[in-house]
Amino acid sequence: MNAFFRLLARDLRLALRQGADAATAVLFFVLCVVLFPFGIGPEPNILARIAPGVILVAALLASLLSLERLFQADHEDGSLDLLALSPLPLGGVALVKVLAHWLVTGVPLILAAPLLAMLLNLPADGFGILLLTLLLTTPLLSLVGGVGAALTLGARRGGVLLPLLVLPLYIPALIFAAAAIDAALAGLAAKPHLLLLGGLLAAAATLAPLASGAALRAAVE
Amino acid sequence: MPRFEGRDLTCLRSARVVFTGLSFRLEPGGALVLVGPNGSGKSSLLRLMAGLTRPFTGSLLWDGQPVAEEPERFRASLRYVGHLDAIKPALTAVEILASWAGLDGRPDPTGRARLALKRMGLSHVADLPGRYLSAGQKRRVNLARLCLAEVPLWLLDEPTTALDRQSVAKLATEIAAHRRAGGMVVVSTHTDLDLANPQVLDLSDFSATMADEDLAGDPA
Repeated sequence: MNAFFRLLARDLRLALRQGADAATAVLFFVLCVVLFPFGIGPEPNILARIAPGVILVAALLASLLSLERLFQADHEDGSLDLLALSPLPLGGVALVKVLAHWLVTGVPLILAAPLLAMLLNLPADGFGILLLTLLLTTPLLSLVGGVGAALTLGARRGGVLLPLLVLPLYIPALIFAAAAIDAALAGLAAKPHLLLLGGLLAAAATLAPLASGAALRAAVE
Repeated sequence: MPRFEGRDLTCLRSARVVFTGLSFRLEPGGALVLVGPNGSGKSSLLRLMAGLTRPFTGSLLWDGQPVAEEPERFRASLRYVGHLDAIKPALTAVEILASWAGLDGRPDPTGRARLALKRMGLSHVADLPGRYLSAGQKRRVNLARLCLAEVPLWLLDEPTTALDRQSVAKLATEIAAHRRAGGMVVVSTHTDLDLANPQVLDLSDFSATMADEDLAGDPA
């Protein structure tokens, strides 16, 4: 457990020193969402209608943006070999990396979301549920994306391969997240959708690190 | 003190046999020097010994027990220094070492990191970020991992690359002290590292392709 937190502290420190990575994801998220009013026109009703979907898709793409580097730096500079020899199992290493990725990119996305929701004229009673769904969705994106990042490690053109591999897997999360927000805005119960999202998150949190760990082992060999 | 042994090892890299029928045996205090031309499998053998790759045939034994049975115990008994130095440009030398020291669960990683840097004669760069270190300094920071804690087995892949003569001598001193304390070391090297009565393992003796070339005759 000690090793787990020490590695997390190392990754967070690295991310903070190289602040550009985290800032890129948030800026991409904001710019991506801001493009929609320009493309669709400043019709408040239309913008309010598409707001949940646009914000979720933009968050998904933004988190994908930094995923490619998740294990790559450690793979290239030989740190991954040393991590593979550390007492921490590779699945645990993967979980640390994913957790750090979520803290560094996922959390800022959640914090930026209310501003963008306001920009897209999302009704005020949708804000709470938007934050809640993002809180459940963003770690899910990091976990599933981590498996893709580990699998494409060392592959040529892994950067192109990764979205092709991971984006289809994001669809269930997107469906339930958008449905939860729509339901809340329509005055219906959002809880079933949130529970399903929570279920997906619980499954990913237990299974994804194991899959990433196995993929990392293959990359080391 | 444990023994380290390999029996009838074959290493396969993408359908090519790198070496085959290789056996070795290291007693406490022993040193094994791997020699052979480029591509003869020195690095492959070291990665195999570290457990980073699995042998295609044969087995590694630690203290008479197959390594595959208790990989965690074996991993905790070795330090591997590879070609890549695992230096993060954004972290200082002492932070890099402390993060590795912290993973083994023993107390005071930062103190041990500073001590290890001192033993490698690197105290003056302890607080420099990795991006300012020269190639030789990076290598020495990586080698300083050997001094973080006492482990019985050191696996060193061409540790003298980029090192100046003084640092090579320092490394030789550390290795000698390690062996006096009953430690073992496996080292692949091109330049002469001063080791007292080492066993030498020539990897070209175990190459599978060499026999084919001999049959075909040397084109040169």
